[in-house]
Amino acid sequence: MTEHIVKSYDRDLEALGRRISEMGGVAEKMLSEAMDALSSLDVELAKKVVATDIRLDTLQREIEEASVLTIARRQPLAIDLRECISAIRISGDIERIGDLAKNIAKRTLKIASEARLPRAIVGLKSMHEIAATQLKDALDAYALRDEERARAVWSNDADLDALEDSVFRDLLTFMMEDPRNISFCTHLLFCSKNLERIGDHTTNIAETVVYLVTGEAMPVERPKSRPSSLGADGEASQ
Amino acid sequence: MNAPAQVKNHATKISVRSLDFYYGGTRALKTISLPLHTHKVTAFIGPSGCGKSTLLRVLNRMYDLYPGQRAEGEVLLDGENILDPAIDLNALRARVGMIFQKPTPFPMSIYENVAFGIRLYERLSRADMDARVEEALRGAAIWDEVKDKLQASGLGLSGGQQQRLCIARSVAVQPEVILFDEPCSALDPISTAKVEELIEELSSRYTIAIVTHNMQQAVRVSDYTAFMYLGELVEFGDTDDVFNRPREKRTQDYITGRFG
Repeated sequence: MTEHIVKSYDRDLEALGRRISEMGGVAEKMLSEAMDALSSLDVELAKKVVATDIRLDTLQREIEEASVLTIARRQPLAIDLRECISAIRISGDIERIGDLAKNIAKRTLKIASEARLPRAIVGLKSMHEIAATQLKDALDAYALRDEERARAVWSNDADLDALEDSVFRDLLTFMMEDPRNISFCTHLLFCSKNLERIGDHTTNIAETVVYLVTGEAMPVERPKSRPSSLGADGEASQ
Repeated sequence: MNAPAQVKNHATKISVRSLDFYYGGTRALKTISLPLHTHKVTAFIGPSGCGKSTLLRVLNRMYDLYPGQRAEGEVLLDGENILDPAIDLNALRARVGMIFQKPTPFPMSIYENVAFGIRLYERLSRADMDARVEEALRGAAIWDEVKDKLQASGLGLSGGQQQRLCIARSVAVQPEVILFDEPCSALDPISTAKVEELIEELSSRYTIAIVTHNMQQAVRVSDYTAFMYLGELVEFGDTDDVFNRPREKRTQDYITGRFG
Protein backbone atom coordinates (compact mmCIF):
# COMPACT_ATOMS: atom_id res chain seq x y z
CA MET A 1 0.00 0.00 0.00
CA THR A 2 1.26 3.43 -0.92
CA GLU A 3 2.09 5.61 2.05
CA HIS A 4 -0.11 8.43 3.24
CA ILE A 5 0.99 11.96 2.51
CA VAL A 6 0.71 12.50 6.26
CA LYS A 7 3.26 10.07 7.70
CA SER A 8 1.85 10.05 11.21
CA TYR A 9 -1.39 8.65 9.74
CA ASP A 10 0.53 5.54 8.63
CA ARG A 11 2.11 5.28 12.05
CA ASP A 12 -1.33 5.44 13.72
CA LEU A 13 -2.67 2.61 11.58
CA GLU A 14 0.48 0.52 11.97
CA ALA A 15 0.25 0.93 15.73
CA LEU A 16 -3.31 -0.39 15.60
CA GLY A 17 -2.19 -3.45 13.67
CA ARG A 18 0.67 -4.09 16.08
CA ARG A 19 -1.62 -3.98 19.09
CA ILE A 20 -4.02 -6.42 17.44
CA SER A 21 -1.11 -8.80 16.80
CA GLU A 22 -0.06 -8.49 20.41
CA MET A 23 -3.60 -9.23 21.60
CA GLY A 24 -3.75 -12.22 19.28
CA GLY A 25 -0.49 -13.57 20.68
CA VAL A 26 -1.68 -13.16 24.26
CA ALA A 27 -4.99 -14.89 23.50
CA GLU A 28 -3.31 -17.79 21.72
CA LYS A 29 -1.00 -18.31 24.66
CA MET A 30 -3.89 -18.11 27.14
CA LEU A 31 -5.82 -20.70 25.21
CA SER A 32 -2.99 -23.19 24.92
CA GLU A 33 -2.00 -22.74 28.56
CA ALA A 34 -5.61 -23.09 29.68
CA MET A 35 -5.82 -26.39 27.85
CA ASP A 36 -2.44 -27.54 29.22
CA ALA A 37 -3.63 -26.67 32.69
CA LEU A 38 -6.84 -28.60 32.11
CA SER A 39 -5.19 -31.77 30.83
CA SER A 40 -2.51 -31.82 33.51
CA LEU A 41 -4.80 -30.27 36.16
CA ASP A 42 -2.08 -27.74 36.83
CA VAL A 43 -3.50 -25.24 39.30
CA GLU A 44 -0.60 -22.80 39.10
CA LEU A 45 -0.78 -22.59 35.32
CA ALA A 46 -4.56 -22.12 35.47
CA LYS A 47 -4.11 -19.24 37.90
CA LYS A 48 -1.59 -17.68 35.60
CA VAL A 49 -4.09 -17.83 32.70
CA VAL A 50 -6.75 -16.17 34.83
CA ALA A 51 -4.32 -13.42 35.76
CA THR A 52 -3.30 -12.78 32.14
CA ASP A 53 -6.79 -11.82 31.05
CA ILE A 54 -6.45 -8.28 32.36
CA ARG A 55 -3.74 -7.68 29.74
CA LEU A 56 -6.25 -8.37 26.96
CA ASP A 57 -8.83 -6.09 28.52
CA THR A 58 -6.28 -3.28 28.68
CA LEU A 59 -5.14 -3.81 25.11
CA GLN A 60 -8.70 -3.89 23.86
CA ARG A 61 -9.46 -0.60 25.53
CA GLU A 62 -6.32 0.95 24.08
CA ILE A 63 -7.23 -0.25 20.59
CA GLU A 64 -10.74 1.13 20.86
CA GLU A 65 -9.48 4.48 22.03
CA ALA A 66 -6.82 4.66 19.34
CA SER A 67 -9.36 3.73 16.64
CA VAL A 68 -11.88 6.32 17.78
CA LEU A 69 -9.14 8.92 17.95
CA THR A 70 -7.97 8.08 14.43
CA ILE A 71 -11.52 8.32 13.10
CA ALA A 72 -11.99 11.69 14.79
CA ARG A 73 -8.61 13.03 13.77
CA ARG A 74 -8.23 11.75 10.20
CA GLN A 75 -11.77 11.07 8.98
CA PRO A 76 -10.55 7.91 7.30
CA LEU A 77 -12.23 6.62 4.14
CA ALA A 78 -12.34 3.30 2.30
CA ILE A 79 -9.51 0.95 3.37
CA ASP A 80 -8.41 3.28 6.17
CA LEU A 81 -11.90 3.43 7.66
CA ARG A 82 -12.13 -0.34 7.43
CA GLU A 83 -8.77 -0.60 9.25
CA CYS A 84 -10.20 1.31 12.19
CA ILE A 85 -13.53 -0.50 12.25
CA SER A 86 -11.81 -3.88 11.87
CA ALA A 87 -9.43 -3.11 14.73
CA ILE A 88 -12.38 -2.37 17.00
CA ARG A 89 -14.22 -5.52 15.95
CA ILE A 90 -11.25 -7.89 16.05
CA SER A 91 -10.03 -6.61 19.41
CA GLY A 92 -13.53 -7.28 20.74
CA ASP A 93 -13.47 -10.85 19.46
CA ILE A 94 -9.98 -11.52 20.82
CA GLU A 95 -10.98 -10.12 24.18
CA ARG A 96 -13.93 -12.54 24.27
CA ILE A 97 -11.65 -15.42 23.27
CA GLY A 98 -9.49 -14.47 26.25
CA ASP A 99 -12.55 -14.53 28.52
CA LEU A 100 -13.49 -17.99 27.31
CA ALA A 101 -9.94 -19.30 27.81
CA LYS A 102 -9.96 -17.77 31.28
CA ASN A 103 -13.24 -19.56 31.96
CA ILE A 104 -11.64 -22.90 31.06
CA ALA A 105 -8.83 -22.10 33.49
CA LYS A 106 -11.31 -21.22 36.24
CA ARG A 107 -13.12 -24.51 35.73
CA THR A 108 -9.78 -26.29 35.94
CA LEU A 109 -9.28 -24.74 39.36
CA LYS A 110 -12.64 -26.14 40.43
CA ILE A 111 -12.19 -29.69 39.17
CA ALA A 112 -8.49 -30.10 39.95
CA SER A 113 -9.20 -31.74 43.31
CA GLU A 114 -11.84 -34.16 42.06
CA ALA A 115 -10.03 -35.23 38.94
CA ARG A 116 -11.18 -38.43 37.34
CA LEU A 117 -11.60 -39.98 33.92
CA PRO A 118 -8.64 -38.61 31.91
CA ARG A 119 -10.12 -40.01 28.70
CA ALA A 120 -13.00 -37.55 29.01
CA ILE A 121 -10.56 -34.78 28.16
CA VAL A 122 -9.33 -36.35 24.91
CA GLY A 123 -12.19 -34.94 22.84
CA LEU A 124 -11.60 -31.48 24.25
CA LYS A 125 -7.97 -31.69 23.20
CA SER A 126 -9.03 -32.39 19.64
CA MET A 127 -11.39 -29.43 19.76
CA HIS A 128 -8.56 -27.30 21.06
CA GLU A 129 -6.29 -28.37 18.20
CA ILE A 130 -8.82 -27.21 15.65
CA ALA A 131 -9.67 -24.04 17.57
CA ALA A 132 -6.00 -23.12 17.98
CA THR A 133 -5.21 -23.73 14.31
CA GLN A 134 -8.22 -21.73 13.27
CA LEU A 135 -7.27 -18.87 15.56
CA LYS A 136 -3.73 -18.84 14.27
CA ASP A 137 -4.94 -18.84 10.67
CA ALA A 138 -7.40 -16.02 11.36
CA LEU A 139 -4.71 -13.91 13.01
CA ASP A 140 -2.27 -14.67 10.18
CA ALA A 141 -4.97 -13.74 7.66
CA TYR A 142 -5.33 -10.41 9.46
CA ALA A 143 -1.59 -9.77 9.60
CA LEU A 144 -1.12 -10.66 5.92
CA ARG A 145 -4.44 -9.22 4.70
CA ASP A 146 -5.01 -12.67 3.22
CA GLU A 147 -8.59 -12.97 2.04
CA GLU A 148 -8.28 -16.61 0.93
CA ARG A 149 -6.98 -17.77 4.28
CA ALA A 150 -9.75 -15.86 6.03
CA ARG A 151 -12.39 -17.50 3.86
CA ALA A 152 -10.90 -20.93 4.66
CA VAL A 153 -11.18 -20.23 8.39
CA TRP A 154 -14.76 -19.19 7.86
CA SER A 155 -15.62 -22.47 6.12
CA ASN A 156 -13.67 -24.70 8.51
CA ASP A 157 -15.59 -23.69 11.59
CA ALA A 158 -18.17 -26.37 10.80
CA ASP A 159 -15.56 -29.01 11.80
CA LEU A 160 -15.37 -27.57 15.28
CA ASP A 161 -19.15 -27.52 15.60
CA ALA A 162 -19.31 -31.17 14.55
CA LEU A 163 -16.64 -32.15 17.03
CA GLU A 164 -18.43 -30.37 19.84
CA ASP A 165 -21.46 -32.45 19.02
CA SER A 166 -19.54 -35.69 19.46
CA VAL A 167 -17.79 -34.47 22.62
CA PHE A 168 -21.21 -33.70 24.01
CA ARG A 169 -22.37 -37.28 23.37
CA ASP A 170 -19.24 -38.75 24.94
CA LEU A 171 -19.55 -36.68 28.09
CA LEU A 172 -23.22 -37.54 28.33
CA THR A 173 -22.32 -41.22 28.15
CA PHE A 174 -19.74 -40.87 30.92
CA MET A 175 -22.31 -39.17 33.10
CA MET A 176 -24.86 -41.90 32.52
CA GLU A 177 -22.32 -44.59 33.23
CA ASP A 178 -21.51 -43.22 36.66
CA PRO A 179 -23.33 -40.36 38.41
CA ARG A 180 -20.11 -39.51 40.24
CA ASN A 181 -18.80 -38.26 36.90
CA ILE A 182 -21.56 -35.71 36.57
CA SER A 183 -19.95 -32.73 38.29
CA PHE A 184 -16.62 -33.23 36.56
CA CYS A 185 -18.15 -33.82 33.14
CA THR A 186 -20.49 -30.87 33.47
CA HIS A 187 -17.48 -28.59 33.80
CA LEU A 188 -15.97 -30.26 30.76
CA LEU A 189 -19.21 -29.71 28.87
CA PHE A 190 -18.92 -26.00 29.53
CA CYS A 191 -15.29 -26.12 28.47
CA SER A 192 -16.26 -27.69 25.16
CA LYS A 193 -18.89 -25.03 24.71
CA ASN A 194 -16.21 -22.43 25.40
CA LEU A 195 -14.00 -23.93 22.71
CA GLU A 196 -16.89 -23.90 20.29
CA ARG A 197 -17.52 -20.25 21.12
CA ILE A 198 -13.86 -19.47 20.60
CA GLY A 199 -14.33 -20.94 17.14
CA ASP A 200 -17.24 -18.56 16.56
CA HIS A 201 -15.20 -15.53 17.56
CA THR A 202 -12.37 -16.77 15.37
CA THR A 203 -14.84 -16.96 12.51
CA ASN A 204 -15.90 -13.40 13.27
CA ILE A 205 -12.28 -12.35 12.98
CA ALA A 206 -12.06 -14.11 9.61
CA GLU A 207 -15.23 -12.34 8.45
CA THR A 208 -13.77 -9.02 9.52
CA VAL A 209 -10.58 -9.73 7.57
CA VAL A 210 -12.60 -10.38 4.41
CA TYR A 211 -14.46 -7.12 5.01
CA LEU A 212 -11.19 -5.32 5.64
CA VAL A 213 -9.61 -6.54 2.43
CA THR A 214 -12.58 -6.40 0.08
CA GLY A 215 -15.09 -4.00 1.61
CA GLU A 216 -17.70 -6.74 1.20
CA ALA A 217 -19.57 -8.38 4.05
CA MET A 218 -19.66 -12.18 4.29
CA PRO A 219 -23.06 -13.90 4.11
CA VAL A 220 -24.92 -13.92 7.42
CA GLU A 221 -25.26 -17.70 7.40
CA ARG A 222 -22.22 -19.91 7.71
CA PRO A 223 -22.09 -23.43 6.28
CA LYS A 224 -23.11 -26.04 8.87
CA SER A 225 -21.76 -29.57 8.74
CA ARG A 226 -25.12 -30.99 9.72
CA PRO A 227 -28.08 -29.99 11.84
CA SER A 228 -27.17 -30.15 15.48
CA SER A 229 -29.05 -32.87 17.27
CA LEU A 230 -28.64 -30.95 20.49
CA GLY A 231 -30.71 -28.03 19.42
CA ALA A 232 -28.95 -26.04 22.09
CA ASP A 233 -27.12 -22.98 20.87
CA GLY A 234 -26.81 -21.32 24.21
CA GLU A 235 -24.39 -18.68 25.36
CA ALA A 236 -21.02 -19.55 26.75
CA SER A 237 -21.13 -19.77 30.49
CA GLN A 238 -19.23 -17.22 32.45
CA MET B 1 -12.27 3.43 -17.30
CA ASN B 2 -14.13 5.81 -19.46
CA ALA B 3 -17.22 3.89 -20.45
CA PRO B 4 -20.49 5.34 -19.18
CA ALA B 5 -20.77 3.85 -15.72
CA GLN B 6 -23.32 1.22 -14.91
CA VAL B 7 -25.40 2.52 -12.06
CA LYS B 8 -28.91 2.20 -10.80
CA ASN B 9 -31.75 3.02 -13.09
CA HIS B 10 -32.25 6.71 -12.69
CA ALA B 11 -33.48 9.11 -15.31
CA THR B 12 -30.62 11.04 -16.86
CA LYS B 13 -30.86 14.81 -16.93
CA ILE B 14 -27.54 15.49 -18.55
CA SER B 15 -25.57 13.01 -20.54
CA VAL B 16 -21.93 13.87 -21.22
CA ARG B 17 -20.63 11.89 -24.16
CA SER B 18 -17.02 11.65 -25.30
CA LEU B 19 -16.34 15.19 -24.24
CA ASP B 20 -12.97 16.76 -24.99
CA PHE B 21 -12.08 20.26 -23.93
CA TYR B 22 -9.24 22.49 -25.02
CA TYR B 23 -7.70 25.61 -23.54
CA GLY B 24 -6.00 26.71 -26.73
CA GLY B 25 -3.70 23.78 -27.52
CA THR B 26 -4.02 22.13 -24.11
CA ARG B 27 -6.42 19.25 -23.82
CA ALA B 28 -8.00 19.67 -20.39
CA LEU B 29 -10.70 17.02 -20.66
CA LYS B 30 -10.06 13.66 -22.28
CA THR B 31 -13.08 11.87 -23.70
CA ILE B 32 -15.30 12.20 -20.67
CA SER B 33 -18.57 10.28 -20.59
CA LEU B 34 -20.93 10.24 -17.65
CA PRO B 35 -24.54 10.95 -16.70
CA LEU B 36 -26.02 13.45 -14.28
CA HIS B 37 -29.09 11.78 -12.89
CA THR B 38 -32.32 13.68 -12.46
CA HIS B 39 -32.86 15.12 -8.99
CA LYS B 40 -29.66 13.56 -7.73
CA VAL B 41 -26.47 15.15 -6.48
CA THR B 42 -23.30 14.26 -8.36
CA ALA B 43 -19.98 15.21 -6.80
CA PHE B 44 -16.81 15.82 -8.79
CA ILE B 45 -13.61 15.22 -6.90
CA GLY B 46 -9.96 15.18 -7.87
CA PRO B 47 -6.74 17.11 -7.32
CA SER B 48 -6.38 20.67 -8.56
CA GLY B 49 -6.09 20.82 -12.31
CA CYS B 50 -7.88 17.52 -12.89
CA GLY B 51 -10.55 19.18 -14.99
CA LYS B 52 -13.52 19.02 -12.66
CA SER B 53 -14.23 22.75 -12.70
CA THR B 54 -13.64 22.77 -16.44
CA LEU B 55 -16.27 20.10 -16.84
CA LEU B 56 -18.69 22.11 -14.73
CA ARG B 57 -18.05 25.17 -16.89
CA VAL B 58 -18.92 23.17 -19.99
CA LEU B 59 -22.30 22.20 -18.59
CA ASN B 60 -23.63 25.74 -18.94
CA ARG B 61 -21.22 26.87 -21.66
CA MET B 62 -19.51 29.27 -19.27
CA TYR B 63 -16.33 28.74 -21.27
CA ASP B 64 -17.94 30.53 -24.23
CA LEU B 65 -17.09 33.79 -22.50
CA TYR B 66 -13.41 33.13 -23.13
CA PRO B 67 -11.77 33.04 -26.53
CA GLY B 68 -9.59 30.10 -27.43
CA GLN B 69 -11.56 27.58 -25.37
CA ARG B 70 -13.55 24.93 -27.12
CA ALA B 71 -15.38 21.70 -26.39
CA GLU B 72 -15.81 18.66 -28.61
CA GLY B 73 -18.22 15.81 -28.13
CA GLU B 74 -21.76 15.98 -26.87
CA VAL B 75 -23.48 17.23 -23.74
CA LEU B 76 -27.14 16.31 -23.91
CA LEU B 77 -29.54 18.21 -21.66
CA ASP B 78 -32.82 16.33 -21.90
CA GLY B 79 -31.52 14.90 -25.14
CA GLU B 80 -30.58 18.25 -26.68
CA ASN B 81 -26.92 18.90 -27.42
CA ILE B 82 -26.00 22.10 -25.58
CA LEU B 83 -22.65 22.32 -27.38
CA ASP B 84 -24.61 23.12 -30.53
CA PRO B 85 -23.51 26.66 -31.58
CA ALA B 86 -27.14 27.49 -32.38
CA ILE B 87 -28.31 27.03 -28.82
CA ASP B 88 -29.65 30.07 -26.94
CA LEU B 89 -27.05 30.64 -24.23
CA ASN B 90 -29.24 32.85 -22.07
CA ALA B 91 -31.97 30.24 -22.04
CA LEU B 92 -29.38 27.55 -21.32
CA ARG B 93 -27.90 29.43 -18.37
CA ALA B 94 -31.37 29.98 -16.98
CA ARG B 95 -31.92 26.23 -17.10
CA VAL B 96 -28.46 25.45 -15.75
CA GLY B 97 -27.54 27.78 -12.90
CA MET B 98 -24.14 28.08 -11.28
CA ILE B 99 -22.87 28.90 -7.80
CA PHE B 100 -19.23 29.87 -7.45
CA GLN B 101 -16.52 29.34 -4.90
CA LYS B 102 -16.71 32.88 -3.60
CA PRO B 103 -20.11 34.41 -3.05
CA THR B 104 -20.80 36.91 -5.83
CA PRO B 105 -23.62 39.16 -4.66
CA PHE B 106 -24.22 42.22 -6.82
CA PRO B 107 -23.70 45.61 -5.17
CA MET B 108 -27.42 46.15 -4.82
CA SER B 109 -30.17 45.35 -2.35
CA ILE B 110 -30.94 41.82 -1.25
CA TYR B 111 -34.27 42.05 -3.05
CA GLU B 112 -32.68 43.31 -6.26
CA ASN B 113 -30.00 40.64 -6.16
CA VAL B 114 -32.75 38.07 -6.60
CA ALA B 115 -35.10 40.10 -8.83
CA PHE B 116 -32.30 41.09 -11.19
CA GLY B 117 -31.93 37.62 -12.65
CA ILE B 118 -35.65 37.11 -13.00
CA ARG B 119 -36.01 40.35 -14.97
CA LEU B 120 -33.55 39.06 -17.55
CA TYR B 121 -35.96 36.34 -18.50
CA GLU B 122 -39.45 37.37 -17.41
CA ARG B 123 -41.70 40.38 -16.96
CA LEU B 124 -43.54 40.00 -13.70
CA SER B 125 -45.99 42.27 -11.90
CA ARG B 126 -44.79 43.83 -8.66
CA ALA B 127 -46.81 41.35 -6.61
CA ASP B 128 -45.68 38.36 -8.63
CA MET B 129 -42.10 39.53 -8.38
CA ASP B 130 -42.41 39.91 -4.58
CA ALA B 131 -43.80 36.41 -4.36
CA ARG B 132 -41.06 34.98 -6.57
CA VAL B 133 -38.30 36.70 -4.61
CA GLU B 134 -39.72 35.41 -1.34
CA GLU B 135 -40.05 31.91 -2.74
CA ALA B 136 -36.44 31.97 -3.92
CA LEU B 137 -35.15 33.30 -0.60
CA ARG B 138 -37.15 30.68 1.26
CA GLY B 139 -35.87 28.02 -1.12
CA ALA B 140 -32.34 29.08 -0.28
CA ALA B 141 -33.09 28.93 3.45
CA ILE B 142 -32.22 32.57 4.03
CA TRP B 143 -35.69 34.20 4.11
CA ASP B 144 -35.99 34.31 7.88
CA GLU B 145 -32.64 36.05 8.15
CA VAL B 146 -33.30 38.78 5.56
CA LYS B 147 -37.06 39.27 5.37
CA ASP B 148 -36.89 42.43 7.49
CA LYS B 149 -34.06 44.00 5.51
CA LEU B 150 -34.77 43.20 1.90
CA GLN B 151 -33.71 46.68 0.85
CA ALA B 152 -30.36 46.46 2.62
CA SER B 153 -27.28 45.81 0.51
CA GLY B 154 -26.45 42.20 -0.28
CA LEU B 155 -22.83 43.04 0.46
CA GLY B 156 -23.69 43.60 4.13
CA LEU B 157 -24.48 39.92 4.67
CA SER B 158 -22.05 37.39 6.12
CA GLY B 159 -20.17 35.12 3.73
CA GLY B 160 -22.51 32.20 4.35
CA GLN B 161 -25.56 34.39 3.89
CA GLN B 162 -24.09 35.85 0.71
CA GLN B 163 -23.62 32.34 -0.65
CA ARG B 164 -27.20 31.44 0.13
CA LEU B 165 -28.30 34.72 -1.45
CA CYS B 166 -26.49 33.63 -4.61
CA ILE B 167 -28.26 30.30 -4.41
CA ALA B 168 -31.56 32.19 -4.11
CA ARG B 169 -30.62 34.23 -7.17
CA SER B 170 -29.95 31.03 -9.04
CA VAL B 171 -33.13 29.32 -7.84
CA ALA B 172 -35.23 32.41 -8.67
CA VAL B 173 -35.03 31.83 -12.41
CA GLN B 174 -36.38 28.33 -11.87
CA PRO B 175 -33.49 26.34 -13.27
CA GLU B 176 -33.48 22.59 -13.81
CA VAL B 177 -29.84 22.02 -12.97
CA ILE B 178 -27.65 23.81 -10.42
CA LEU B 179 -23.87 23.61 -10.61
CA PHE B 180 -21.89 24.28 -7.44
CA ASP B 181 -18.21 25.06 -7.85
CA GLU B 182 -16.69 24.60 -4.39
CA PRO B 183 -19.55 26.48 -2.77
CA CYS B 184 -18.26 26.10 0.78
CA SER B 185 -14.53 26.54 0.49
CA ALA B 186 -14.74 30.12 1.76
CA LEU B 187 -17.31 29.42 4.46
CA ASP B 188 -17.05 28.54 8.14
CA PRO B 189 -18.33 25.13 9.35
CA ILE B 190 -21.75 26.45 10.38
CA SER B 191 -22.37 28.18 7.06
CA THR B 192 -21.04 25.09 5.33
CA ALA B 193 -23.52 22.91 7.19
CA LYS B 194 -26.36 25.24 6.15
CA VAL B 195 -25.34 25.12 2.50
CA GLU B 196 -25.03 21.33 2.64
CA GLU B 197 -28.45 21.07 4.23
CA LEU B 198 -29.72 23.31 1.47
CA ILE B 199 -28.16 21.19 -1.27
CA GLU B 200 -29.93 18.17 0.13
CA GLU B 201 -33.25 20.03 0.06
CA LEU B 202 -32.66 21.42 -3.40
CA SER B 203 -31.95 17.97 -4.78
CA SER B 204 -35.63 17.09 -4.47
CA ARG B 205 -36.37 19.71 -7.12
CA TYR B 206 -33.16 20.17 -9.07
CA THR B 207 -30.43 18.10 -10.59
CA ILE B 208 -27.21 19.08 -8.87
CA ALA B 209 -23.52 18.85 -9.66
CA ILE B 210 -20.96 19.92 -7.10
CA VAL B 211 -17.22 20.30 -7.35
CA THR B 212 -15.54 19.97 -3.97
CA HIS B 213 -12.10 19.47 -2.51
CA ASN B 214 -13.66 18.34 0.73
CA MET B 215 -13.97 14.58 0.57
CA GLN B 216 -16.22 14.37 3.58
CA GLN B 217 -18.51 16.88 1.97
CA ALA B 218 -18.77 14.77 -1.16
CA VAL B 219 -19.66 11.77 0.99
CA ARG B 220 -22.27 13.76 2.88
CA VAL B 221 -24.09 15.52 0.08
CA SER B 222 -23.81 13.42 -3.05
CA ASP B 223 -25.57 10.38 -4.48
CA TYR B 224 -22.97 9.82 -7.17
CA THR B 225 -19.30 10.65 -7.30
CA ALA B 226 -16.96 11.14 -10.22
CA PHE B 227 -13.23 11.02 -9.55
CA MET B 228 -11.17 12.84 -12.14
CA TYR B 229 -7.43 12.94 -12.64
CA LEU B 230 -5.37 14.76 -15.27
CA GLY B 231 -8.40 15.41 -17.42
CA GLU B 232 -9.64 11.84 -17.29
CA LEU B 233 -12.65 10.38 -15.59
CA VAL B 234 -11.06 7.66 -13.46
CA GLU B 235 -14.12 6.37 -11.70
CA PHE B 236 -17.81 7.15 -11.56
CA GLY B 237 -20.38 5.41 -9.40
CA ASP B 238 -22.56 5.40 -6.33
CA THR B 239 -20.97 7.65 -3.72
CA ASP B 240 -21.10 4.83 -1.16
CA ASP B 241 -19.19 2.53 -3.48
CA VAL B 242 -16.63 5.10 -4.57
CA PHE B 243 -15.76 6.00 -0.99
CA ASN B 244 -16.06 2.55 0.59
CA ARG B 245 -15.04 0.19 -2.16
CA PRO B 246 -13.38 2.16 -4.93
CA ARG B 247 -12.66 0.02 -7.98
CA GLU B 248 -9.59 1.97 -9.06
CA LYS B 249 -6.37 2.16 -7.09
CA ARG B 250 -5.96 5.81 -8.08
CA THR B 251 -9.34 6.59 -6.52
CA GLN B 252 -8.45 4.77 -3.33
CA ASP B 253 -5.07 6.52 -3.12
CA TYR B 254 -6.68 9.91 -3.62
CA ILE B 255 -9.57 9.61 -1.19
CA THR B 256 -7.37 8.12 1.52
CA GLY B 257 -4.70 10.79 1.17
CA ARG B 258 -2.03 8.61 -0.39
CA PHE B 259 -1.46 10.53 -3.61
CA GLY B 260 2.23 10.95 -4.32
